[in-house]
Amino acid sequence: MTGGRTAGSARRGRPELYTSYEADSALLNTRPKRVAVLLIVALAVIVPFLLTDNVLLILATAFVASIGAIGLNLVTGYAGQVSLGHAFFLGLGAFTGAVLSGDPDGRTVGLGMQLLVWLPAAGLVAAAAGLLVAPFAVRLRGLYLAIVTLGLVFLGEHLFREMQFITGGVGVGRPGPVPELFGFRFDQAGEVLGVMLTRNQKMYYLMFVLLLIMAVAGRNIARSAIGRAFAAVRDRDIAAEVIGVPLTKYKALAFTISSFYAGIAGALLYTVIGVIEPGSFNLLMSVQYIAMVLIGGVATISGSIMGAVFITLLPRITREVPKFLPFISGGATGGGILNVFQLEAILYGLLIIGFLIFEPRGLYGIWIRTRNYWKGWPFSY
Amino acid sequence: MSDAFAEALQETLAEVAQDRPVLEFDDVELSFAGVKALGGVTFEVRPKELFAIIGPNGAGKTSIFNVISGVYRPQKGSVRFLGEPILGKQPHEIAAMGLSRTFQNIELFENLTVIDNLMLGRHQHVRYGVFSALVYAGRARGEEVVHRGVVEDIIDFLEIEQYRKFPVGLLPYGIQKRVELGRALALEPKLLLLDEPVAGMNLEETEDMARFILDIRDELDIAMILVEHDMGLVMDLADRVLVQDFGLAIATGAPSEIQRNPDVIRAYLGEEHRSSVGVTATARDRATGDTP
Repeated sequence: MTGGRTAGSARRGRPELYTSYEADSALLNTRPKRVAVLLIVALAVIVPFLLTDNVLLILATAFVASIGAIGLNLVTGYAGQVSLGHAFFLGLGAFTGAVLSGDPDGRTVGLGMQLLVWLPAAGLVAAAAGLLVAPFAVRLRGLYLAIVTLGLVFLGEHLFREMQFITGGVGVGRPGPVPELFGFRFDQAGEVLGVMLTRNQKMYYLMFVLLLIMAVAGRNIARSAIGRAFAAVRDRDIAAEVIGVPLTKYKALAFTISSFYAGIAGALLYTVIGVIEPGSFNLLMSVQYIAMVLIGGVATISGSIMGAVFITLLPRITREVPKFLPFISGGATGGGILNVFQLEAILYGLLIIGFLIFEPRGLYGIWIRTRNYWKGWPFSY
Repeated sequence: MSDAFAEALQETLAEVAQDRPVLEFDDVELSFAGVKALGGVTFEVRPKELFAIIGPNGAGKTSIFNVISGVYRPQKGSVRFLGEPILGKQPHEIAAMGLSRTFQNIELFENLTVIDNLMLGRHQHVRYGVFSALVYAGRARGEEVVHRGVVEDIIDFLEIEQYRKFPVGLLPYGIQKRVELGRALALEPKLLLLDEPVAGMNLEETEDMARFILDIRDELDIAMILVEHDMGLVMDLADRVLVQDFGLAIATGAPSEIQRNPDVIRAYLGEEHRSSVGVTATARDRATGDTP
């Protein structure tokens, strides 16, 4: 079987004609999708040679944030279980990664292991914690669940503050996980295949490849029986039970998978940033991830990525604003009506409210509308 | 129908013993904080039978369904499905035994497409796990194609081909009812519960639905319980009818017997009239010259 991609006479001139269910349900089931993905990947590969190191660092952060956002979207968007506890799982992943990879002779605990060990471990530790939280999700839903998961953030903040031999303590922190793979260091400049790469260029490529893997895995979950069961639990839980979808199992599974993604993202985030500050896993971080999901597009993988990139780039964009609007100051002490940090906070709020009112499907929804407009162009329907 | 669905279904139905009732509902009592919804109801459903439950609003018809599918737990009595007691089991465990149902107010997953809704009906036949799903290769991919084939046969059977990729929330009411029937069929049920399948439908849609119900009984051989207010439909289709009133079973029998049963007539038309269900009292009185 050639999976419906046969160039038989039936298909001639009809590229969208599917001749098998497999082709119909493929990830990239239309030619425009295949071309677009190819272009995006090609662009992503040459970008490190076009942009400055600074911007590359932000993009690498955005890719990592995308992994975290995909995780939150799986539990909140697909399975409909609102979680404000994402920061806790990110923190668990970050510290697991840091402990396993850290310098054995350092100030904080470290075991000096390589990427291939600490990255899956970071995900698994967070996933195990997610599984422990799951029983609450089985009994609660909606706002009540949000409050319980919010409690996790405070629990985490306290733990991270007090366990100084692991976390280094508030205001001091500890070095992030060391990205070392069989002796190859992603966090040091060096020659790869004859090309001289800076630290940030290497980081960028590493994070891009990992995002690609995690995004495809996320899409696979979403289009499989598991993703369908998540959606069933979200839309009508009693009907889901009655047609044979065990609620408890799938709520637990959603939390576990989501936490796994969060753990991976947490570990990678501080690989990019370099230093873990234990106080950063707070409510604000959870809200940022909720904003990524809402602004990007609920229950979409590509939307999660769009939202994460958008939210990560937002501070970079607002920093340019004082050049055009003189009444906004660039620093915290520059005078003017507002400074950029206040502007950023205001923009978060406005964007979340704006998207919820005008485009609940988020950036993904805007893309769908644009696409449909040009599909029908010049007709309006 | 010589197709993947019919073959899979016949294989499943072959497990049903033909010499014993599919469902035994024995002296079941259910009450909500003192309000008695079911007061000792007893009946049984035989293999390949179309069993109908009728009764005025609030008679306890849907409560019977909710007890069978495990949503409500009665205080007294026993329910056996395929000879096995099912009280106390979780709804998904009962579904896995081969029970499926539709709902009075459509309970579809409205953000999902028709295909995905029907694929969810096949959920308990899915064998692959999380790790297979993550890579979506080998086992997961193969199984998805097989289930899709079964689902497409059901889509053909219910004549909803043109809607298969629509989110069901956007479909007209009558079509949504059909999709819900399709989702219930996708489970390959040994017993199918239909809760008011033609409620709110026009004549044409009702006749379509009646045709599907007859096909399910005659071609697919699935035992069914039908709750319905449309008397014409019930009396035409059902093999046996149970009449419920105020939580009590007041009569069970073939449609022709039920129509003559004085208790049934009293429940439907009140104390003053003695007449057959489906024919108005005045019309019959005029015909027979019989005045109450």
